[in-house]
Amino acid sequence: MENYETHTHDVLIIGAGGAGLRAAIESSAQGASTGLVCKSLLGKAHTVMAEGGMAAALANVDPKDDWKTHFKDTIYGGKMLNNWKMPFNHANEAPERVRELEHWGAVFDRTPKGKINQRAFGGHTWKRLAHVGDRTGLEMIRTLQDKGIHTGIDVYMECTITHLIKDGDKIAGAFGYWRESGKFVLFKAKSIILATGGVGKAYKVTSNSWEYTGDGQSMAYDIGAELIDMEFIQFHPTGMVWPPSIRGVLVTEAVRGEGGLLRNSEGERFMEKYDPERMELSTRDVVARSIYTEVKEGRGTPHGGAYLYISHKGADYIKKKLPSMYHQFMEFADVDITKDPMEVYPTTHYIMGGIRVDGDTCATTIPGLYAAGEVSGGMHGANRLGGNSLSDLLVFGKRSGEAAAAYANSVSTNLNIQAEQVEAYANEILAPFSSTDGENPYSIHQDLQDVMGDYVGVFRNKENLEKGIAEVDKLKDRAKNMKIEGSRMYNPGWHLCRDLKSMLMVSEAIAKCALQREESRGAHSRVDFEGYDDEKWGKVNSSINLQGDSMNVTTTPLPEMPDELKSLFTEGS
Amino acid sequence: MSEAILRVFRGDANGGEEKEYKVPVEEGMVVLDALHYIQAEYDGDLAVRWNCKAAKCGSCSTEINGKPQLACKSRMDKFPEGQPIRVYPIKAFPVMKDLVTDVSWNYETNKKIPEFTPATDEEFTMYQDDVERIQEFRKCIECFMCQNVCHILRNHDRKDAFFGPRFMIKIAERVMHPMEKIDRREFLKDEAGVGYCNITKCCTEVCPEDIHITDNGIIPLKERVADKYFDPLSWVLRKIKGK
Ligand code: SF4
Ligand code: SF4
Ligand code: FES
Repeated sequence: MENYETHTHDVLIIGAGGAGLRAAIESSAQGASTGLVCKSLLGKAHTVMAEGGMAAALANVDPKDDWKTHFKDTIYGGKMLNNWKMPFNHANEAPERVRELEHWGAVFDRTPKGKINQRAFGGHTWKRLAHVGDRTGLEMIRTLQDKGIHTGIDVYMECTITHLIKDGDKIAGAFGYWRESGKFVLFKAKSIILATGGVGKAYKVTSNSWEYTGDGQSMAYDIGAELIDMEFIQFHPTGMVWPPSIRGVLVTEAVRGEGGLLRNSEGERFMEKYDPERMELSTRDVVARSIYTEVKEGRGTPHGGAYLYISHKGADYIKKKLPSMYHQFMEFADVDITKDPMEVYPTTHYIMGGIRVDGDTCATTIPGLYAAGEVSGGMHGANRLGGNSLSDLLVFGKRSGEAAAAYANSVSTNLNIQAEQVEAYANEILAPFSSTDGENPYSIHQDLQDVMGDYVGVFRNKENLEKGIAEVDKLKDRAKNMKIEGSRMYNPGWHLCRDLKSMLMVSEAIAKCALQREESRGAHSRVDFEGYDDEKWGKVNSSINLQGDSMNVTTTPLPEMPDELKSLFTEGS
Repeated sequence: MSEAILRVFRGDANGGEEKEYKVPVEEGMVVLDALHYIQAEYDGDLAVRWNCKAAKCGSCSTEINGKPQLACKSRMDKFPEGQPIRVYPIKAFPVMKDLVTDVSWNYETNKKIPEFTPATDEEFTMYQDDVERIQEFRKCIECFMCQNVCHILRNHDRKDAFFGPRFMIKIAERVMHPMEKIDRREFLKDEAGVGYCNITKCCTEVCPEDIHITDNGIIPLKERVADKYFDPLSWVLRKIKGK
């Protein structure tokens, strides 16, 4: 086969959002030679779009806050389906991770006493989100990026990894191509951390960037790793509705955190009916379903959403606390949110499920393979609380970096990568260039997005899910023969061919897990199985792995919390 | 639904030409949507960078009708109807393919700036008033459009001598951080080349984040440097004028 570059590292990290960067900083600090690969330019990852803040019980604003309350909120928010160890570590370590970020240069909004300010968010008992206006993700990624480039990490930008490679049962490397030249590249590494994020691009209406195509989930699955809980897709309650080209773009929960009110076309503050206690600051699953229901029952706005008001807070306050939202509506929708309400509707935002990991080390079921951030499963259970993602990235980014570096240190053997295997991957990736009668990947992608939206959306039932699975199956067949134009140089159509394969894999997993779980819990709502079934489904995670060449979907017991933590949930709250 | 005509640069480092496409326009559509339409319907290999499609990541900088702007923020209805919209890569950086340019110089330059070095290990006490001005600089989405229009980089190609406006405000953000401990004036003068800027403010005009790059960033930096090293040119002038 043609020549390709080879790079060797102790630890290779795939994905340079919050989790990947934090992992790389840690791995490098442990003395491991560290490579960081990303599909985009550095600093452009999806983390950049996070707006509202990062949850950490700093207790700067509400002195009563502590890790126990944060832990409980997270598990209640996750409807008891979390892998308890993860929220436990998260609640304990998030404050330290946030303070550390400040020492690395992040400039958070301040309290009157000069501490890091914190704002209210859905499902959090106390004001808990450290934030910078409504651009917290940008602050985080830029801080980590600037820290990272001074720690001796080798960064490989605009490089797509297409395959993970094992030697025996252990991870040994990763194969991919440079987006610019289309040339192949092989990374040899003793351990690999997947930090590739989510899957939102399988849906049409999504807040996610093009990178969110399920690469990590699908590559890990391909080499035998176990995934869990893929049915739990978070539909963020407030995406933009109008104009059509901007549909799905996020309207931060901070709007509600800062006092925003939801009303239907009749002017009714409808959250009174669904969660009278927490109202607009109920958990995301509840608010999303409420908006969906209002619209479905005929009380939607002209463009089919709900109204979100913030104008009562006054123009100065809004421009200071929610500057991006102000500009976003002004520029894209010609709406001045200091005067008029926004129109909002649920948008595909986040996947709670993902690669099964150990709650301390982020180790997957494959020796040497780690996963951190959205690509992993277990931290957020059946529903994620807003603000818990950014701190998740920091806590488990660091933990995975530490563990991967330690593992790399312990592997002494020379890992072996077979040349024939690499050649087979290369041929697979190049196939669309030689097809004469294949299909355009863009049209398959559009059809997939329609199928997922129509059959595997906010509300689900058996009939639709079965249809969805059958349709995804047909799309998989169509995707076996794709054809593209042009050369290998920076060719988005060609790139989409590989991304599409990943999206099809995760779509199949989402639909099959959704069909299997015959209850409604958190973000997973079955109209044919309403309510929780704690006896059966409250005790298990969905589990997915590759067997032969078909997808095996089953359940595994939920890890059990130690008694002293269990008692937190019975102490009268 | 109306129709727009786009003339898009197609080519690479060896040159290229404009190619014309007809694209249906729906309400609220932006130029990036039109480029995506072209990819899906005509030329799947049209290269353009983008991530957020919400003016938050700074990936999609292009020159539209000669004006540098984010393709995801440029509404189609802002252009005169019936006239072609010309979409080109930004000019100050070498073309890789179509609308994608090689901006690696910016990443190399960023590495040369010493990292934030806090004066204390203790938790910071800083007040909102003290951090607001650096928060302005930290809004930067690294679209590099200010770098693209700065004549020192664009026309004179002095990338060897001047870090450009984006990195001036990055240095400013560290210099003005209430907890920063290192003196960066020598670095600003000798390495970053702050003296090259002659305050034309072209950078400020194109910034999609409305950062007052020149007034709030570069001018205060120049003043700090001048405090440390008096400026020889003005010294000579003073001599001549006998002041
Ligand atoms: S003000 Fe200075 S940095 Fe900005 S464009 Fe003019 S010369 Fe360049
Ligand atoms: S300062 Fe403004 S124009 Fe320059 S890179 Fe940052 S956001 Fe873009
Ligand atoms: S795509 Fe992110 S700024 Fe345009």
